[in-house]
Amino acid sequence: MSVPVLSVRNLRVEFASRRGALRAIDGVSFDIAKGEVLGVVGESGAGKSVTGLAAIGLIDPPGRISGGEILLSGLRIDNLPPEQMRRIRGKRIAMIFQDPLTSLNPLYRIGDQLVETIRTHLNMNETQARRRAVDLLAEVGIPAPDKRVDAYPHEFSGGMRQRVVIALAIAAEPELIIADEPTTALDVSVQAQIIALIKRLGRDHGTAVMLVTHDMGVIAETSDRVAVMYSGRIAEIGPVRDVVQNPLHPYAKGLMGAIPTLTGDASQRLVQIPGSMPRLSAIPQGCAFNPRCSFAFDRCRVERPEPIAVGAQQVACHLYDPRHSQDHAHVESVA
Amino acid sequence: MLAFILRRALQSIGVMIAVGIIAFTMFRFAGDPVNQMVAIDTTPAQRAEVRASLGLDDPVPVQFARYFINAVQFKFGVSYQFRQPVSALLKERMPATLELATCATVIAMVFGILMGIYSALRKDSFFAKVLQAVSLIGISLPTFLIGILLIYLFAVTLGWLPSFGRGDVVKFGWWTTGLLTISGLKALIMPSVTLGLFQMTLIMRLVRAEMLEVLRTDYIRFARARGLTTRAIHFGHALKNTLVPVITVAGLQFGSVIAFAIITETVFQWPGMGLLFVQAVQNVDIPIMAAYLLVVSVIFVTINLIVDILYTIVDPRLRATINRPA
Repeated sequence: MSVPVLSVRNLRVEFASRRGALRAIDGVSFDIAKGEVLGVVGESGAGKSVTGLAAIGLIDPPGRISGGEILLSGLRIDNLPPEQMRRIRGKRIAMIFQDPLTSLNPLYRIGDQLVETIRTHLNMNETQARRRAVDLLAEVGIPAPDKRVDAYPHEFSGGMRQRVVIALAIAAEPELIIADEPTTALDVSVQAQIIALIKRLGRDHGTAVMLVTHDMGVIAETSDRVAVMYSGRIAEIGPVRDVVQNPLHPYAKGLMGAIPTLTGDASQRLVQIPGSMPRLSAIPQGCAFNPRCSFAFDRCRVERPEPIAVGAQQVACHLYDPRHSQDHAHVESVA
Repeated sequence: MLAFILRRALQSIGVMIAVGIIAFTMFRFAGDPVNQMVAIDTTPAQRAEVRASLGLDDPVPVQFARYFINAVQFKFGVSYQFRQPVSALLKERMPATLELATCATVIAMVFGILMGIYSALRKDSFFAKVLQAVSLIGISLPTFLIGILLIYLFAVTLGWLPSFGRGDVVKFGWWTTGLLTISGLKALIMPSVTLGLFQMTLIMRLVRAEMLEVLRTDYIRFARARGLTTRAIHFGHALKNTLVPVITVAGLQFGSVIAFAIITETVFQWPGMGLLFVQAVQNVDIPIMAAYLLVVSVIFVTINLIVDILYTIVDPRLRATINRPA
């Protein structure tokens, strides 16, 4: 296998606060290969967006990367000086944010914003950059791009603005696009179009995509692999089909169980995970999920589980530790 | 756009008529003008004659119409104390006030915006914190005190700058300017600093607060994610958005600079409209007071109109709402 486009190794991100450092990301590792779409799911505050921001180098104080490394096509980027990192942003890694209504500067024509981005990263003159801007708008499906290029952001609908945002993101043909909840602010009919667009761009240009969302439906539709995050850690990661159809981690099981199906029995209640995710200042010892987990046993409350390979999946849960079968039998015999 | 300007201009005329009524009523309520013009031993017959010759026995609406028609032609009557047409007095004094106010506003805008940007971008630096603290003094110290302190320091103790007056002026037709002579420029420094200081600190604090706000927005974060240079983000994207509200405040402040000039002109004996007004108040010289009121409100209304037009130039969203009136 070739070098992955993005390789995150044991990443830690901390936020300084009055009560000491809060660890938002604690030992996260994953790879994204060329042309691959990695979906990242989890509840709000699980660390999905922070992971994305860390990858593009936009963690602002009081936050900081306190450990681990991030490699872009084999080059370490988490410790680059700001100016070098800036040259990578927009050129090799692009990011799309949640709200297209506020992502564009309201005072500039979208053409000017495109030309500015293109000329920052590519060696083009004004005319060439403008032609490229029109081409990009056409590629993301804006009708009459040669006219719309001179429009202001407020003259576009939400879905169209997200297309413009995507055009800005792909302006310099990045190797990796980090999409942070790109469809959350859009209505459902538009969501599907934007997802299809991101998928098509990834396929046509071989761009790797990190798709952060809390919508399992979006993940199932677009992703090749999926990472389920909980309290700043990856609970389970694997091919999307496996994780959706056969989730291993109790939290992932709960998430999948909470998705309504069209074929299922309508009288049956959806599975609910009791409790809520702990605050960063009060992460329990051992496995962060143990207070909500119906399978938790003594070891879960003491020792933090490390990822264990089960088939194509990796799961951070003591239940899958080969040694556990004996322990578990023991626990049951006691009970 | 043209329709918008015309509509705003019509509204301005409405405002001016209202101000005109207030100016006119000053004549009615600040005592009988005839009493102030005639000597104490004037006979009632002579008084009635004066009254009739001035048209003061006509019905009030007729008097107001006459006053307003004259005012539109810059005829504001004759000053009681100077026995000269008020318009000539104002014309003579106006250049001094406008030069002072413009100079003060330019100082306030240039330094206010620069210091505001600095203290927003380097908000944790020592100098930014000093600026923030010192600006409180600028906001809370009264203008006359700053003027007196400056005079004490630079005119009395150091003797670098003149303590009063306008210095030598050069005449261009009816306009006089102190900008072309050394003594005129020297005389302009302290009054314009005094007058501009409050606005400067206000603009600085406003720019700082607005810029910090703008730097937190999504489009700035997206601009950073696009890898734009820090320079382009701060001075291209952030500054332009910061200036939208600053334009309003700075514009309206120019009006109040002219109003505040009364105090500064008194402290520095600056021969402008404000000083003329203070003298008029002391002598109950109503034609001057009324005319001053009208002139200042014309300036205010004009600035408001200009600010509204500037707004639409800077912010395309407003242009859209104007072109599609509700």
